[in-house]
This record gives sequence, C-alpha cells and structure tokens, in this order.
Amino acid sequence: MASNQNNTAEPAIRFDGVSISYVLADGGRYDAVAPVDISIADGAFVSIVGPTGCGKSTLLNVAAGLAAPTTGSATIFGKPLAGINAQAGYLFQQDALMPWKTAQDNVALGLEVQGLPRAQALAKAHDMLRRVGLKGFGERYPHQLSGGQKKRVALAQVLVRGPKILLMDEPFGPLDAQTRLIMGELLSGLWQADRKAVIFVTHDLDEAIGLSDRVLIMAAGPQSRIIGDFEIGLERPRDLAEIRSDSRFHTLHAEIWAVLRDEVRKTYRDVEAA
Amino acid sequence: MSRAKLLVLQVGVAVIAIAIWHVVTTTNLIGDQKVMKFFFSTPADVFWRTWKVFAEGTIWRHLGITLWETILAFVIGSAAGIVIGFWFARQPLVAAVFDPYVKMINALPRVVLAPIFALWFGLGIWSKVALGFTLVFFVVFFNVYQGVKEVNPVVLANARMLGMNERQLLRHVYWPAALSWVFSSLHTSVGFALVGAVVGEYLGSSAGLGYLIHQAEGVFDVAGVFSGMLILAVFVVIIDGLVTMIEGRLLKWRPSTEIKTQA
Repeated sequence: MASNQNNTAEPAIRFDGVSISYVLADGGRYDAVAPVDISIADGAFVSIVGPTGCGKSTLLNVAAGLAAPTTGSATIFGKPLAGINAQAGYLFQQDALMPWKTAQDNVALGLEVQGLPRAQALAKAHDMLRRVGLKGFGERYPHQLSGGQKKRVALAQVLVRGPKILLMDEPFGPLDAQTRLIMGELLSGLWQADRKAVIFVTHDLDEAIGLSDRVLIMAAGPQSRIIGDFEIGLERPRDLAEIRSDSRFHTLHAEIWAVLRDEVRKTYRDVEAA
Repeated sequence: MSRAKLLVLQVGVAVIAIAIWHVVTTTNLIGDQKVMKFFFSTPADVFWRTWKVFAEGTIWRHLGITLWETILAFVIGSAAGIVIGFWFARQPLVAAVFDPYVKMINALPRVVLAPIFALWFGLGIWSKVALGFTLVFFVVFFNVYQGVKEVNPVVLANARMLGMNERQLLRHVYWPAALSWVFSSLHTSVGFALVGAVVGEYLGSSAGLGYLIHQAEGVFDVAGVFSGMLILAVFVVIIDGLVTMIEGRLLKWRPSTEIKTQA
C-alpha cells in the first residue's frame, strides 16, 4: 500500500488488524470489515470512499470509540483507545444537534460539560459561530435553521472544543449540490487555518479528491478492505469549484474511479442478485 | 379564513344551538312543552341559575375545591410518572418485571377505584386526588418511558462525543427529551386530573363541581345539572387555554407544525 508518511511523530490514528463482525439474528455471523491496517498522520486530511454498505462508517465509529472492533486495536497518538475518543470531534451525517437548545447553547455545551464557566463558553461559541458564517443566528433553535445552517452549527459544535482529530461521516450528504460545495469550501478554509488529522467518509469522489491529501478506497462488503490508497498532490489552498476543471484532477479522478467502479458494480450486482 | 370570520361562525353555532334549545323547550313545536322543559330545562333557566350561583358567590368555594384537587392530582401524578418512567426506562430489568402489572392496573377502569379510595382516604379531597392521580400517573409514565427509551441515538452519540458523562447525559439529553413528551401530553394529563376530581366528587363528597351536579340530579333539578355542566365546560376551556400558553413557552424549540401526541 503506497503511503508516503515521512512523519516520525506518532500517527494521529492507527488501526492494527481492525475487523468488524456482527452476530446476525439467525445466529450466523456477518464479517463487515476484514482486518485492516490504516495509519493517519497528524494534520493529514484523509478521505475514505467506497460503495454503500462497505463499512466505512463503522470504521469511523471505531476511531470515535462509539463501536468496538471485533479484532485488532485502534491507537490514538500512540495510546490504545478505550471508550470514547476524547481527542476526536465527530460530525454526523444526520442532525445531531440537541433540538431543545439554541444554536449557541449547542455550541457552548461541549465546553460547559468540560467545566468552562457559561459566560466564557458562550463567548467562544459566538466566536466559532461567526467563523462558520452564522453571526447573529445564535438564538435560533435548530428547527429554525436550514439544512446547511444546521451543518454549520454542528461544525462549530465540534470545532469549538479544539479536537486534535476530526471524524466526519458523509457530513454533507443530505445537502443539495450547491450547499455541499460551499460547506466543502468552509471546511477546507477552516482546516487550512488549523490543520488537524481528518477522516472524511464520503461516497462522492469529487468531494474526496477536492478536500483530501489522501484518498482510501474500500471494497464492497462483506469482508471489505482497503483496495486503493492515493496521494492527492494538488496544492493548497484549493478552489473546490475551480479544481474540478484542473487536468490533474481529471487524471486522479480517472485513476481512482477505475478502482472504485468495479466495487460499486459489485455492490449493485449483489443487490440485484439478492 | 380570517380570524374574525371564524369567530363569527363559531359564535353562530352557539347561537343556533341555543335558539333550537329555546324553541323546543318553550313551544309545543316538537312535543309537549312541559315534558321538554322537564327533561332539558330552558336556556334562560340555565343561564339564570348560573348567574345566581356566581352572584351569590356560593360557586367559588366549589370551584376552588375542584381546582385544588385537579392541581394536586396533576402535580403528584406527574412527579410520580416522571420518576418511575425514568427509572423503568433506565433499568430494563425493572421494566420487564413490572410490565404485566403496569398493564393490568392501567387496564382497570378507574371508576371502580373510587369507592375504595373513599374508604381509604375519606370523603375529603384526598380520595379525589387519588383518583386523578391514577389517571395522570399512567399518561405521564408512558410518555416519559417512551421519551427516554426513544431518545434519538444520533443526538445521544453526539452528546457522548462531546464528552458528556452519565450525569450530564441525563441532564442535557434524557431529561429534556422526556420533558418534551410530558409537555406534549399536558392537555391529556390535565384533562384527566380534572376528570378524576369531578368523578370522585360525583361519587361521594360534600363539595366541588361534581358534588353540585350530583346534588341537582338527586332532586331532578335539570337546570341545576345543566348549569353545573356549563360551569364545568367553561372551567375546562380556561384551564386548557392556560395549558396551551404554558406549552407555547416551554416548547418554543419545537416546530409549530408539531403534531400533538395523545396518550
């Protein structure tokens, strides 16, 4: 597997032989993910792309500490992960804001539970909401915000705690194409200012190439594994709309798609056969 | 439809209903006027009677007692429902063990409990509070149980990723989720508290709206019965309006298109 980590420091996330199996209702066993080894360098933006149901979200949950691997282990900055990964912030695909709290209270909450006084937490929350472009929206409840605005609040909620690792599970999946692009640019800009290790799970190859330093391709399940590992050498800062017409983007896209295509077809063939 | 137009139509329904009532009970159009008046009284008599109890001030004591019983039944029933609902939802074993008994007690028509409560708690307010309690408790209990059980797993996972411990999860996630279910059943539970109070009074007491109606019935005083029902109806509408106001304040985080859940 090609990976040019010349970084001598501990990787932000390391998976050693992590596999995930489920016990099925009929007593059988479903091996969702075959043992995989992944190493994510600190400050690297890594996307995981794969067909639907390949277990990429499950891997992310293992990194978050929300799910335990069946075999293998996850190591975070050199320390074995047990329980919730306190170094990580998680951006969910679905709405994860507390609907009974205003935007600013949602953002401040993560700081308040750490013991920060409310006034300070709110000040930081306001600052973070401004950075995600929601100045003046603090008093709104989630149901009073659009899908894109809710994502911005969720992003602020994650970033305000200053996590060293960002885990994102198709965060912009439910949004329309234009909003996705704008959210991608927002994320890219914020990440540029403060480089954290990122695992970005998506099924959108354009999005993955545009945002990432490295794209991992997962095979279709069951027993899915990493079948491709691509360095994205495009210089930063990038203009996500412009970059799609860059010739190197096309070359990379064609190269990665060649690997991904067979897996996507496999998934649909299985679905049709079933 | 504009508010004014709607109001005119709503008032129109009342005017027509009262007009029909008046014609039927004061003329021989449908049947013998004296018989009709005996069974249905007349609007004038009912309004006059209602006016009299307010003018003389005798009604206030009864209204006060019914209100007090309603409030007590609601507060005690809700508190118990919240605590037990929370406990069952967080302790699946306890919930599983008690499940058949909870269902059994809830299936019991509460009216049959009234004589037992009168025996246990006497003819004062506490037997009525107990009856209202058995109604309110189950509404709140089931709502809290459901609310805690069905907390959105994504919100919960997010809260855990934000670093919340068990106590903080209870405070910031489970508690508001459960409360929102309690509030969405406020109309039902307040209504049940009132039903408990009035039915209890009706079956045996010395004061309250239920008592007044029962007294009037005992002497075939139809105007008195109707007057009691009118006061009760207005009383319910006022309480329901207050609940709607409180609900609006407490659930302002909810979209206004929210469908009201009924227990």
